[in-house]
Amino acid sequence: MFERKQLPHTAASKVTSKAASKAAWAAAIVAMAGLAGLAPARAADSVKVGLILPMTGGQASTGKQIENAIKLYMQQKGDTVAGKKVEIIVKDDAAIPDKTKTAAQELIVNDKVNFIAGFGVTPAALAAAPLATQAKIPEVVMAAGTSIITERSPYIVRTSFTLAQSSTIIGDWAAKNGIKKVATLTSDYAPGNDALNFFKQHFTAGGGEVVEEVKVPLQNPDFAPFLQRMKDAKPDAIFVFVPAGQGGNFMKQYAERGLDKAGIKVIGPGDVTDDDLLNNMGDAVLGTVTAHLYSAAHPSQMNKDFVAAYKKAFGNRPGFMAVGGYDGIHLIYEALKKTGGDTNGDKLIEAMKGQKWESPRGPISIDPETRDIVQNIYIRKVEKVDGELYNVEFATFEAVKDLGKTKK
Amino acid sequence: MTAILTNLFDGVAYGMLLFVLACGLAVTLGLMNFVNLAHGAFAMAGGYVCMVLVNRMGWPFFAALPLAFVFAAAIGIVLERTLYRHLYARSHLDQVLFTIGLTFMSVAAVDYIQGSSRVFINLPAALQGQFDLFGVGIGRYRLMIIVICGLLTIALQMVLAKTRFGSRLRAAVDDPRAASGLGINVPQVFAFTFAFGCGLAGLGGALSAEILGLDPYFPLKFMIYFLIVVTVGGSSSITGPFLASLLLGIGDVAGKYYVPKMGPFVIYTMMIVILIWRPNGLFGRTAAR
Amino acid sequence: MSDSSDVGYHAQRQARWHYGEIVFWLLVLACGFAFPTRYLIMTDILRLALFAMSLDLILGYAGIVSLGHAAFFGVGAYAAGLLALHGIVNEPVLALIVAGLAAMVLGFATSFLVIRGVDLTRLMVTLGIALLLEALAERFSNITGGTDGLQGIEMQPIFGQIPFDMFGKAGFFYSLAVLFLLFLFARRVVHSPFGLSLRAIKNNPLRAAAIGIPVNRRLIAIYTLAAFYAGIAGALFTQTTAIASLDVFAFERSADLMLVLVIGGTGYLYGGLIGAVIFRMLQELFSTITPQYWQFWIGLVLVVIVLVGRQRLHRWVLYVPNLIVRQVAGRKAVVAVPESDA
Repeated sequence: MFERKQLPHTAASKVTSKAASKAAWAAAIVAMAGLAGLAPARAADSVKVGLILPMTGGQASTGKQIENAIKLYMQQKGDTVAGKKVEIIVKDDAAIPDKTKTAAQELIVNDKVNFIAGFGVTPAALAAAPLATQAKIPEVVMAAGTSIITERSPYIVRTSFTLAQSSTIIGDWAAKNGIKKVATLTSDYAPGNDALNFFKQHFTAGGGEVVEEVKVPLQNPDFAPFLQRMKDAKPDAIFVFVPAGQGGNFMKQYAERGLDKAGIKVIGPGDVTDDDLLNNMGDAVLGTVTAHLYSAAHPSQMNKDFVAAYKKAFGNRPGFMAVGGYDGIHLIYEALKKTGGDTNGDKLIEAMKGQKWESPRGPISIDPETRDIVQNIYIRKVEKVDGELYNVEFATFEAVKDLGKTKK
Repeated sequence: MTAILTNLFDGVAYGMLLFVLACGLAVTLGLMNFVNLAHGAFAMAGGYVCMVLVNRMGWPFFAALPLAFVFAAAIGIVLERTLYRHLYARSHLDQVLFTIGLTFMSVAAVDYIQGSSRVFINLPAALQGQFDLFGVGIGRYRLMIIVICGLLTIALQMVLAKTRFGSRLRAAVDDPRAASGLGINVPQVFAFTFAFGCGLAGLGGALSAEILGLDPYFPLKFMIYFLIVVTVGGSSSITGPFLASLLLGIGDVAGKYYVPKMGPFVIYTMMIVILIWRPNGLFGRTAAR
Repeated sequence: MSDSSDVGYHAQRQARWHYGEIVFWLLVLACGFAFPTRYLIMTDILRLALFAMSLDLILGYAGIVSLGHAAFFGVGAYAAGLLALHGIVNEPVLALIVAGLAAMVLGFATSFLVIRGVDLTRLMVTLGIALLLEALAERFSNITGGTDGLQGIEMQPIFGQIPFDMFGKAGFFYSLAVLFLLFLFARRVVHSPFGLSLRAIKNNPLRAAAIGIPVNRRLIAIYTLAAFYAGIAGALFTQTTAIASLDVFAFERSADLMLVLVIGGTGYLYGGLIGAVIFRMLQELFSTITPQYWQFWIGLVLVVIVLVGRQRLHRWVLYVPNLIVRQVAGRKAVVAVPESDA
């Protein structure tokens, strides 16, 4: 027996099957500790909001803006409403739908949350939809912007925007304001396709022509070749939709390529000139016309206070994602007030329908039929205000519903 | 015709940038057979240092560039002396585990310090925009990249070919054992080269902020590109990675321009075909290591 | 006793079931009943474990490194998703096998590219294949749903009897059963003469060829089998989450897999299972504590693991259990995790 042990090759292989036993114990201990340690604590008189956001990965800035805005709101308004303490549980999904689903399921089953909220991208919001229906709890969408989302579950409300809202309006506006030929550059995913289709419909109906259509992959380091293609098509303007965050790169390269000098304007939904990044984009962005729901330069007292408070707390300017989060938590508070603290999902959804309030972005309401947001869409131009770049609003379309749905 | 030339120009600029970013990795891999997946983290460090100096402290862009180099190289040498050198003898899997761990840490740390939004470096006006040269649009910034990276490449080639240090390095790459037998201090040569490679990455990171975008996820996003450059080019010389970078840059740009929907295919297919055809890279030695 | 009979003796001994293994599986089963609120994460661990076992088959036993194992996972996931979505194969178990076979076909086709070249080339070729498939899936968004993924998958009950529930109970036990069956098969394979010949190839391909082992054919066979396993893992993923999106092909998935296996140790089949438990629990723990910066702590753990050395770490972990074992069963029963890596 003993001699065998000393043979090098057998010694190496002998351990194999037995190894399992001890390592198995170790693993089991880790597992037990982990599972037990992470078991959720229960609090009696509290309302729990499960916030699922991309906190890491390419969409992380969206998640952080929303989380910041919610923190700010709760600092300002206190963390109790209708006698209940509001508790926020943040989960990171890195904008990957299956993680969203697991997170949502965990929140519902284990943490017994009364709301799920957040959702940085459309696939994430869609992934959670069947769970909201099954568990009968409200899903508050604070960022994702595809029209179909609210149709996927009767428990979804949205406080962000839909791409149809801004794209149709910029389409009409462009056709009426002397833009004849447009090239489009959109990210190749649901919101991008929504933006493209609604823009095309309205722009061509108004007599415009789309001369070049490029869909770019979502993960895209270098826009230069696509832009060169745009430039060679010689349009009057480029219609751009890229997710917030990529706008900066796009505008930089737009300028570098000399498209601004060639007289090609940039139009689009306001994602490309997101306030979050706008000020660093350089002067090339001046004159860009976008249609969108929110500008940090919105001239209302409420917005001025909001921007000042946000800047003070987090050191930079809030973008439209932050406003989506701010209004989302407001809606949750209001619904709880209306039900008197009752956390029945059906009652909460009923309470949310038809809510009207003044947001930093202007007056908004929740459409009682579609549970989608109704809001003003502003046409804005990038200008310099006090040495900083801002989207300055110059025309307003009031109480715009989601045209993506009213169509059918 | 002008479109082709403009694309070629863009592709060359892009490729040169990739080369500066990745050539440090080629050296690490070729010399010490060390898989350093954290290479992008050094590039990111350089980029962020440059950003802070230029945007927050008002340094001129061209003064900040060398500092990006120095800073990244300094981090490189500290890490090499304290951590990396313990791992040269370890298996590739350990090295992968370790350097991915470092990458994760750098990503989260930068996110914590600087936030997760993309950052831009304020450029002097002279570098912005494009000018026409016989109808071909030449971006000023890209021209500067080509000039800087071109000079660097020539300098590198000269150092490697003509100087004493260069011949030591080449000897160490060829056969570290024999080289140390001849009295060459291989670890020292390596530490220096490692730091220099990190410095180059840092410089590349500062230069690439404008074109590739700089955010905390930079090291993860571009890890694949660096690896492609090194494997396709082979890691036994710097000419290989250089040509591979150019090929990758031009292929990427042309692919996006002419077949926008098929963009990524062009690169990945090219890589697989080349690696099947020449498993050690275009310019690698044929004998497997 | 001659050397050859000695090897045979050990091969047999090693193939025998050890008490520890039985305890391990009973414990896993017990977890299923002990933590009824944690089915989702446990299912996630089981999927990852199966996936890691697949990589272990090629890495731990045949020495083929891969950074693109997600290619097969993704093909399995999309195959299962499409089968369910279009109602082609409604029964989950059958769909699972079909999806696995789809991945297997891809594995066989690509194995010819992978058996060439040195480690680094293999890493990049496998990575390239996965990235290429991801790009394909994005390009043909009319079939795959592109970046939005396959939405609206509804899974039929297993064998027409057991429906997938929201709490993931059915999904957990289903995954566990699949994992266990495939584990048994893998265990049989690696202890067979075929499995032993793979180890010979891993240790020295030239020598293996010299004693008459058809090196390339064996490598192709094991690579194809591993692809089947990965495909099954992918199909389980789609079936238990009812989602398939582009990230099934992602580089991060392959890289995480590598981490899991390296943490758990390669070449004894349990490495993937144990690594999956440790990795996921750490991830869960850190991301509960800090949803924004959990990557930092995961990174730190990885760095520490390497610096301390996995061998030493395993010894520390096993120190107390071994003390007990020594008391109960004597010196010989003392165990260690094998260190065999590429």
